Amino acid sequence: MTRLLVFVAFFPAISFAQGVVDATGREIRVPAKVERVYAAGPPASVLVFAIAPDKLVGWTRAMRPHEAQFFDERYAKLPELGRLTGRGDTANVEVVLHSRADLIVDVGGTGASLAALASSVQQRTGIPYALFDGRIESTPATLRALGRLMGEVASAERLAAWFEDELRQAKERLARVKTQPLVYYGRGTAGLQTGGRGSINVEVLEFLGARNVAAEARAGLVTVPFEQVILWDPEVIFTTDPTFWKSVWGDPRWRAVRAVAARRVHLSPHLPFGWFDFPPGANRVLGIWWAGRLLHPKEFDVDLRAKTREFHRRFYHREPTPAQLDALLGEPGVVSR
Amino acid sequence: MKFQAKYLIAGAALVALTVIAFSVGRYPVAIADMLALLSGQAVAPNVETVVFQIRGPRVLGALLIGAALAAAGTAYQGMFRNPLVSPDILGVSSGAALGAILGIFLSLDILLTQLFAFAGGLAAVGLVYAVGARLRGHDPLLALVLTGVVIGTLLGSAIALLKYLADPYNQLPAITYWLLGSLAALSPREVLHALPLMLIGLAPMLLLRWRMNLLALPDDEARALGVDTRRLRALVIACATLMTASAVAISGIIGWVGLLIPHAARLLVGPDFGRLLPLAMLLGAAFLLAVDTLCRTLATIEIPPGVLTALIGTPFFLWLFALARRSW
Repeated sequence: MTRLLVFVAFFPAISFAQGVVDATGREIRVPAKVERVYAAGPPASVLVFAIAPDKLVGWTRAMRPHEAQFFDERYAKLPELGRLTGRGDTANVEVVLHSRADLIVDVGGTGASLAALASSVQQRTGIPYALFDGRIESTPATLRALGRLMGEVASAERLAAWFEDELRQAKERLARVKTQPLVYYGRGTAGLQTGGRGSINVEVLEFLGARNVAAEARAGLVTVPFEQVILWDPEVIFTTDPTFWKSVWGDPRWRAVRAVAARRVHLSPHLPFGWFDFPPGANRVLGIWWAGRLLHPKEFDVDLRAKTREFHRRFYHREPTPAQLDALLGEPGVVSR
Repeated sequence: MKFQAKYLIAGAALVALTVIAFSVGRYPVAIADMLALLSGQAVAPNVETVVFQIRGPRVLGALLIGAALAAAGTAYQGMFRNPLVSPDILGVSSGAALGAILGIFLSLDILLTQLFAFAGGLAAVGLVYAVGARLRGHDPLLALVLTGVVIGTLLGSAIALLKYLADPYNQLPAITYWLLGSLAALSPREVLHALPLMLIGLAPMLLLRWRMNLLALPDDEARALGVDTRRLRALVIACATLMTASAVAISGIIGWVGLLIPHAARLLVGPDFGRLLPLAMLLGAAFLLAVDTLCRTLATIEIPPGVLTALIGTPFFLWLFALARRSW
């Protein structure tokens, strides 16, 4: 027994073979066969699930029925393990250990505090903890790195190449766009929370080169005065909040805004993962097509149904039924014109 | 200076502040437009929307909420004979917060969330009063305050649990914003809903303001003077709770007003409740209006009022404290 311990302590390199440098510059060494992966937050869940659904040990939050309907039952039923992303964590490190994961992955921010969290969890659990950039443009690179760590290079490469091609297609269409309307992103039930330039919440808008009226506000979520929104007078409003979307039409205050008068307030689809803002993962590639089409109907004359079907097939491993597609795209506000 | 003169000065300051508050904002409204609106002439529709639908309700809301919180704080500080007491000592804010957060957690619409907040505030104080009144063998005020603190802590942990379970991308920011307090989204409808409730709470307090002094006496002495302190106390608690709960339901939790404005008023006119209450209300209204006007004009983004109430309130209070000591 003692000899075994000495052996394990002195020859970790034997059991830890594959090495990949993560976004924080830490070298992550994983066992030769990674069979079980714990995703620390929803953006990581989406990517790990897309690469190898059978390797995901659980969701950070149990699937609600309206989300579960988009997945094969055995995946929808995966256990709830909690988040471990440094903000409002719900995961118990013992649960993480008990999940017998070979690898912990978080995708999103890569700042110093997150790197410290990753190192600390890795030290306490002995499970390698890799951190990758979750921005839209970084997603192909993140997919490839994850694929190498998980021993799923081919599957990850297919996804990364497809994702790159989607972004390339969107950029080609964007190059033909001549005028960009003024856009406001209204969050929360009152629609007065928004994101400034560089905020992860408006990454889809920034990818599309949209003129975010709130760009001058600081990055991150902020509340803005009503009068300021009227002063900005956006031509298009996007929201993720059904309460706000419903109330905006009858509210005399919002009628003073051009977007409301022109009925150009759009509610983003949010199932099973949001298209526009949260969680800030690969799921937002559909938001690029959706918002692009609403902003530039001529240049973005894409078949949204086909795009949705394809994304679901590649990332969620099941195509939505026609009824599900109708429900996703037919919800009031989603494509109202 | 006579106390009437102090009323006059405070009243004049309030009127001046209200005029200023109406004429400034992120959306520029010309003085000419403002005068035209006052005389009933037509102006650009956006100007009308800004003044009547956005700025107006916000100004009125700040006045009402400031006055209500100051009145409730004044009543409580007198009744509990304690300068550290604020309107939420009996759990009204924690109860309202729990109600609102439950509403956000269940993704209810705005009106229902506000109803939850209002009901939560009333229920929390009702519970504290019911439990506190049953703790015999103690000073009844002490029993109430202790019950309030204990139940407030319990509600706080329920809030923490809901925050923990909330969706971190959507619900958690909404909860955080609610707890910070804000008048940013105040609509005419919300002000109209809160107004009658606040008046119902305020009327008995104003009518009984001279008798309220007796609440500061020990129970047996007050009884000797023919006042049933138990009933009067219950009435004051009900009124203060109604006012605070309706304020918190539409604005979230705004600290400091209910704690410091009563002190400021007391420094100016002394501890007599009859003189104190009207002045505290004037000062509370003026203070919150000033703070909220800065919140919505200083930057492109809203500044949480709780930040400014402390930032402006602290030096103002210390200045008043120093000044009052000299003149006494």
